[in-house]
Amino acid sequence: MEEFSILVGGIAGDGINEAGLTTARLMSRLGYRIFMYYDYPSLIRGGHNFSIVRASSQRIGASRDEVDLLIALNQDTIEKHAARLKKASIIIYDADKVKEKMPSERSCGIPVTEILKEEGGMAVMKNSCILGSFCRTTGIGWQVLEEVLRKHIPKEIDLNLRVARRGYDAASEFCQIDRLKSSLEPIIAGNQAISLGLIRAGLEAYVAYPMTPSSSILDSMAQWAEEFGLKVVHPESEIAVILMAEGFAYAGVRAAVGTSGGGFCLMTEALSLAGMAEVPLAIVMAQRTGPSTGLPTYTAQGDLHFVISAGQGEFPRLVVAPGDAEDAYLWSAAALNLAWRYQIPAFILSDKIVSESLYSFPTDLAEKAEHPAPPLLWDGEGIYHRYQLSDRGISPLAYPPQKGQVIKADSYGHDAAGITTEDPQITREMSDKRMLKAHSLARELEGYETVKLFGQDKGRTCLLCWGSNKGVCREVAERRGLRAAQLLVLWPFPLQRLKAALEGVERLIAVECNCTGQMATLCRQHGIDVDDQILKYDGRPFSLNDLAFELERRGI
Amino acid sequence: MKPQELSTAARNTWCPGCGNFSILNAIKSVLASMDEDGYPIEKTVLVSGIGCHAKIVDYLNVNSFYSIHGRTIPVATGIKLANPDLNVICFSGDGDSLAEGLDHLIFAAKRNIDLTLILHDNRVYGLTTGQYTPTSPPGFKGKSTPKGSIEQPINPLELMLSAGATFIARGYSHGIDQLQSLFKEAIMHKGFSFVDVLQVCVSYFNMYESYNKRTYTVEGNDIKSIEQAREIMRRWSYDDAESPIPLGKFYQVDAPRFDQAYCGIEPLLERGDEIRSKLESLI
Repeated sequence: MEEFSILVGGIAGDGINEAGLTTARLMSRLGYRIFMYYDYPSLIRGGHNFSIVRASSQRIGASRDEVDLLIALNQDTIEKHAARLKKASIIIYDADKVKEKMPSERSCGIPVTEILKEEGGMAVMKNSCILGSFCRTTGIGWQVLEEVLRKHIPKEIDLNLRVARRGYDAASEFCQIDRLKSSLEPIIAGNQAISLGLIRAGLEAYVAYPMTPSSSILDSMAQWAEEFGLKVVHPESEIAVILMAEGFAYAGVRAAVGTSGGGFCLMTEALSLAGMAEVPLAIVMAQRTGPSTGLPTYTAQGDLHFVISAGQGEFPRLVVAPGDAEDAYLWSAAALNLAWRYQIPAFILSDKIVSESLYSFPTDLAEKAEHPAPPLLWDGEGIYHRYQLSDRGISPLAYPPQKGQVIKADSYGHDAAGITTEDPQITREMSDKRMLKAHSLARELEGYETVKLFGQDKGRTCLLCWGSNKGVCREVAERRGLRAAQLLVLWPFPLQRLKAALEGVERLIAVECNCTGQMATLCRQHGIDVDDQILKYDGRPFSLNDLAFELERRGI
Repeated sequence: MKPQELSTAARNTWCPGCGNFSILNAIKSVLASMDEDGYPIEKTVLVSGIGCHAKIVDYLNVNSFYSIHGRTIPVATGIKLANPDLNVICFSGDGDSLAEGLDHLIFAAKRNIDLTLILHDNRVYGLTTGQYTPTSPPGFKGKSTPKGSIEQPINPLELMLSAGATFIARGYSHGIDQLQSLFKEAIMHKGFSFVDVLQVCVSYFNMYESYNKRTYTVEGNDIKSIEQAREIMRRWSYDDAESPIPLGKFYQVDAPRFDQAYCGIEPLLERGDEIRSKLESLI
């Protein structure tokens, strides 16, 4: 596997995410598959931000600790990341900011501030300058950079190109990154993939209150509202968010909401309402480090049990956990359809890594996600009863206005017509009806690939993961001849599929970003023995090195 | 359509003499007559919160969403934005909208969204058997405040005026004709309309005698004048003073509405090409 890792670091406000994205695009133009991790503290200016762009000939979803090239916009970056440098690593740095001696001989100082001043460039253009140098040192060539800048940063393009060219000319070539023959692919963040998946399955309204790491879904939806005909609302609180979405759904409009743990806490009462009133709804829950405010811009998988059991009372729900942008696109579409087919809340349980990381995305996947599947609609015969009993528990939907009919949704215990009742027999029947939907859903999911296998599919040692650990487990398993299994659906628990996937496994190791092993507990509750756990809960994702180290410690 | 055609078979569980009956009867007459006048009943959706007031949706054979405590406004907002053609009416209580869900009420007024909210303001929690609410007078001795409430009440009308509501009125459950005309005007108003109904709770805060003596209908007021509206609203601040209580329409103006921005948004049905071109633009 050919690969190359680049770290870009600086202070918040330096545009490190953008610089990383442009670096990723440059590598992508050479035919590489990209994974970019973006690490930033919760502040607007100052602090230390960095992006690690890993480019590989294979599809990847994880970083490694060592970097082949370090781009330092400040001194801090050199100090904090010196341990990542290999003997042959290249350093490109802003010579006006970084004055210390370089820890590598292959280093290249660029007088960025001076160049900007001479060219009359704006502060944000320093990235173009240093990326110019990057293209020179790695032999990527001027033309590729010019194409990327012209396409993606068209603002003040001539000035920007002049600044970039000065950076290019000021550097010298240290290596030649090979061009690969693969097709060119777009680079998208997991949150963009979630948005497009929902849109693909017929989303008409998106309601959200900004909260990291889900906020960029709201930004994308607002930006794309006009072309896709979406109604996008940013209300006063997460409580209002979910209830507005339920209002949309009552009137027949496919709606989704997005939040993170704290915001979801506020939604739980209305989640239970969706369960009782049978309101279809997609909820994107992007996890970050908790408890409480926690580490707002860092990752975790600490909300699995919360999402599975949130809300008072018992009601069916769907929880899917995409592991990268591809999963995010396909499963967000599926989740929205299933929410409507079963009139239930459906969760897209993401985490900071899936949501905010950048991935190469195969364009032909665009056609592979589910189209909007029509829900069960009322046939217009007789008197409409919103909660009509049926053999699969699903009652036909109708939306107002319907002449001569009334459509009654109810949070209280209710009868088939949606009129409140506390009658014991009806209470039991309605509870059975809702649980029947859970069984019908579980049965339908048997036809979906709810558990995915990677690596050596006969391997006796298996890494079991969910969410963003897909990337690291898959790659480590492939390299070490292990089996890796990814749970894509966490609820209803895909027991049969998981059992089949684990056939012949002698040692099952759960890999999770939490401190209690929530997926492992869930497996044990369903009779799956988990032998060991590798847990990480410092807010950072597993690197390939982290997981390899843990396996080696165990003699694997 | 006759008002009684809007009844359901649900058994009414309000206490005999409850002020909610007047609200129920008034809204039945209004919706039935509007149906006659070309506003078809199936285009109306009622949204209620939780509390004695909320049972009203069970008693009306009209589209409804019986939601949760304090949350009528966001549910109604979603319904209205989904289909701006619908006539969406919220029934809420003083605990419901002024305590649990106050933020939503303020935002509905701030947005001037085309909804109507009818506040069943009995100034006590009835269903939980007698605790003080945001409009209870200071010194109110309820189950949670046995020595008397130590808070000053909120004047919901003044609050709505400051927040941007464009139709503000007060009725009384002993005046069904006035309730009918206020409800109708509120529903017909384009923008956020708020009707505070002094709705007597016979079991936990029986104010019939006091209200009968003190209420009067304002006449000849300039409904476009915010200053005059404020002055009328301040004649009584929901305290325990024996001041006269004005009833009627206090304020009505036209202003841009939130829901207007969502009219005419039609979802693109065939999305494959757009998604593909979006992806290609990200190469």
